[in-house]
Amino acid sequence: MTNPVTLPDGTPVTARAGLASAVEVAAAVRSGSTSATELLEAHLARIEAADGALHAFNHVTTERARADAAAVDAAVAAGQDPGPLAGVTVALKDNLCTRGVPTTCSSRILEGWTPPYDATVVERLRAAGAVVVGKTNLDEFAMGSSTENSAFGPTRNPHDPARVPGGSSGGSAAAVAAGLTAVALGSDTGGSIRQPAALCGVVGVKPTYGLVSRYGLVAFASSLDQIGPFAPTVADAALVLETIAGHDRRDSTSIPQPAPALSAQLGDGVEGLRIGIVSELSGQGIEGFEPEVLARLHEAADALTAAGAKLDTVSVPSAVAGLSAYYMIAPAEASSNLARYDGVRYGLRREGPNTAAMMAASRTAGFGPEVKRRIMLGTYALSAGYADAFYGRAQRIRTLMISEFARVYESFDLLLCPTSPCVAFEFGAKADPLTMYLNDVCTIPSNLTGQPAISVPFGTDATGLPVGVQVMAPLLGEAAMFRAAAALEGSR
Amino acid sequence: MTATATPDTIDAGLPAGWEMVIGLEVHAELATATKMFSPAPNRFGGDPNTNVHPVCLGLPGTLPVVNGKAIELAIRIGLALNCTVQRCVFARKNYFYPDMPKDYQISQYEEALNVDGHLELPSGPVIGIERAHLEEDTGKSTHMGVSGRIHDAGYSLVDYNRAGVPLIEIVSRPDLRTPDQAREYVDELRSILVTIGASDGKMEEGSLRVDANVSVRPVGATELRTRCEIKNVNSLRSVGRAILYEARRHVTLYEAGERPIQETRHWDEEAGRTRAGRSKEEAEDYRYFPDPDLVPVDPSPEWIDEIRATLPPLPSQRRHALMDRGAPAAGAAIAVSRDLDGLALAAIEAGADAERVITHVANNLAVDRAESLSPAHFADLIRMESAGELTATQAKQVLADMVATGRPPGDIAAEKGFQAMDSSELETLVNGIIDANLDEWGRFCAGDDKARGKLQGFFTGQVMKATKGQADGKAVNALLMARLARDTA
Repeated sequence: MTNPVTLPDGTPVTARAGLASAVEVAAAVRSGSTSATELLEAHLARIEAADGALHAFNHVTTERARADAAAVDAAVAAGQDPGPLAGVTVALKDNLCTRGVPTTCSSRILEGWTPPYDATVVERLRAAGAVVVGKTNLDEFAMGSSTENSAFGPTRNPHDPARVPGGSSGGSAAAVAAGLTAVALGSDTGGSIRQPAALCGVVGVKPTYGLVSRYGLVAFASSLDQIGPFAPTVADAALVLETIAGHDRRDSTSIPQPAPALSAQLGDGVEGLRIGIVSELSGQGIEGFEPEVLARLHEAADALTAAGAKLDTVSVPSAVAGLSAYYMIAPAEASSNLARYDGVRYGLRREGPNTAAMMAASRTAGFGPEVKRRIMLGTYALSAGYADAFYGRAQRIRTLMISEFARVYESFDLLLCPTSPCVAFEFGAKADPLTMYLNDVCTIPSNLTGQPAISVPFGTDATGLPVGVQVMAPLLGEAAMFRAAAALEGSR
Repeated sequence: MTATATPDTIDAGLPAGWEMVIGLEVHAELATATKMFSPAPNRFGGDPNTNVHPVCLGLPGTLPVVNGKAIELAIRIGLALNCTVQRCVFARKNYFYPDMPKDYQISQYEEALNVDGHLELPSGPVIGIERAHLEEDTGKSTHMGVSGRIHDAGYSLVDYNRAGVPLIEIVSRPDLRTPDQAREYVDELRSILVTIGASDGKMEEGSLRVDANVSVRPVGATELRTRCEIKNVNSLRSVGRAILYEARRHVTLYEAGERPIQETRHWDEEAGRTRAGRSKEEAEDYRYFPDPDLVPVDPSPEWIDEIRATLPPLPSQRRHALMDRGAPAAGAAIAVSRDLDGLALAAIEAGADAERVITHVANNLAVDRAESLSPAHFADLIRMESAGELTATQAKQVLADMVATGRPPGDIAAEKGFQAMDSSELETLVNGIIDANLDEWGRFCAGDDKARGKLQGFFTGQVMKATKGQADGKAVNALLMARLARDTA
């Protein structure tokens, strides 16, 4: 059985005893029945007690958080409404820019850099009354599925510190799972929110590409990156997404629409929804799916059927090719996005006899092995003479996938599959990069097509490690997706 | 039509049997208030790194947003250059350079905004425009060290004020054949950009920069030979010099049985020569790909029409307006370049002789003072001159007074006592002067063209002296020639 991280009184952090949901917190703070300060102190105490063992945070913004909580309390006292997230503690993945607070991407190359601006999502959270408690650990530049690629050491899974929390947003997932914060934000390029959410037993959402502004998210692969919430409940995730979504002029790929209303429809059920189980992403033809993961998936399907949905299996052949396409497109974009870390303007600099040598020395010292591997892969994929065979072909697969999924959504409202083929694994278990990359097979299709997906905790394996199931929806299909997620959550 | 070519050039510039093939890439900074993708001001000068913003500094997490005004100005340029304006995609050009904050430049590669246009030179030839695409400018490095060059610099300073300024890159087809045409092309292009308000066109401030692609071939050949790209051509004068130098270098190589290699070369203004830049081994692979942070720009036909409707008359249209009314091409070009074509056109339309109008506009009017001149008065003056009531010299004097006082030419001429000299009166005077100078007249009749030219000046001078400059020079010449014909018959 698992051996969760415990608090000084012996309670497992994952028990979340005495912790209110974000929805409850905001209601209580707005009504004045609880103070934001009191709630913040409870979370700070848990961080103090448990983060030494977990290493979910790169940086805890204690003083700033206290000032923000006090401001929320003062607003309530003055009869003002601090907003829908009043007093809700939020942890930010450390690739989201925060004015005056270091933003490291868990990389040595950004050593000493402090952004002079807040990401759009940070502005929106603060404007809604949320209290930012700190910056969470990640695989360097969000490249990884275990948080083992952090330059500052890995984050541990609260359910079992010998195991990974998943990645790349492992710090945010672990922080929510351990109750170190009410909710958190992560970024998802190939599954970096959903997979750690599944492995840590929390809800994680990758919204429709363009629903949430990327302004202030340090880019990994721009056409795939999307910011989304981690939360203990589906309702909390909906509340956070409603706050951060909606058009932003500073991001040209932002969809020119207001944020969708999600919370109000959560209880509407799944009666009559047509839901397809994607056979290729449920162990058909791909090895490595753990039997207990598939068992929970089928239980989830049964639960949805019982709730009135129409379940069927569906084949999406190109879904499998997504993995290869992703590992061309994402590194290609990353090779360009990460070029700016050259030692000239900010971050780490290693001197050299001339500018080119200085740049090379800085990048050599500043980037970890996985980042270097992807920069090299991506540079190669875009090189003259190879670009069409690699980057070009990957883009054609992406186009094919988009049309194939669009066709499937003519017959289905939602799709279902596991979030990850396996539960949380032990540190070092997937040291071979290709084995690690295979872990993303279920999550990558949504990034390539831009469609939204949510991971919902759905039971555990025999040892007590969490299992997540994934609900996928067509573009801007968040409302139905959240209804299905709420139905799954309610069936347990 | 004759070119504006001056005799000391070009065709004389290469050994017989060779011709130049020249294509130009002109970068012009667009006259927008803010940068191409950033809210930072687009302003020349200023203390280093003051006209900056997180976006144009490429700080982590920032994203580019297209400046709509830059698109509009670029479309104006496309329309003025007779291009097809189309859906376009921004692409990243990847290479490491310290003055480029993201270590890639956002440009346009496969799908450019403007394609397939042309530009008509004042001297007549029509030069193809391959494309005119948008991109962002780089910052500026100052290398502190022995030579001021990057390779042995002790350290370098970088100013990002210029980084992200919107640029249009206008690529001509290899249709230019002489350095003078190349200069004419740049001059005309600059005049178009300024006329339509797209750029200030200041080469001295670097807001207009020229790279020249030069090759040579035997006259009559149609193939394109290996070209060299010459950078750092920072003035109109060096455009001509650099091209001529480079073309001669190629001919020398071919005539020695060698061939040039395709490379980028830099113009050294002081030394008056080009030097090899990047060698082939260091040739860059820019790894272009569509910028995923930006969406394609697809200007609607309605928007393009709206922009077209706001275009002012272009220099070529203005030249043609004068030429269509009888003005000589070269004079029309000068009138337009002096921005006096409006006045000239009004005077011609009021009935004045086009050639005389152009002569005055090109030679006798100060641009900054011409505003006060009434086209109607100007036309009256030309009419008086054409009717022989004023000599050219008198007309010039009257014109100066008109500009200064705003009074009508008739009043000024009367006041000055300028009168028409009766033609028979002039003939008597001319004959009298010939009879008083029979030696000279004999030499005039017997002389060759050169000698006759000198003596013609002598006789005209005598007549002018006798009339206090009131005789019409043309009429005097005509009388001399008539007498010559009689005396040598």
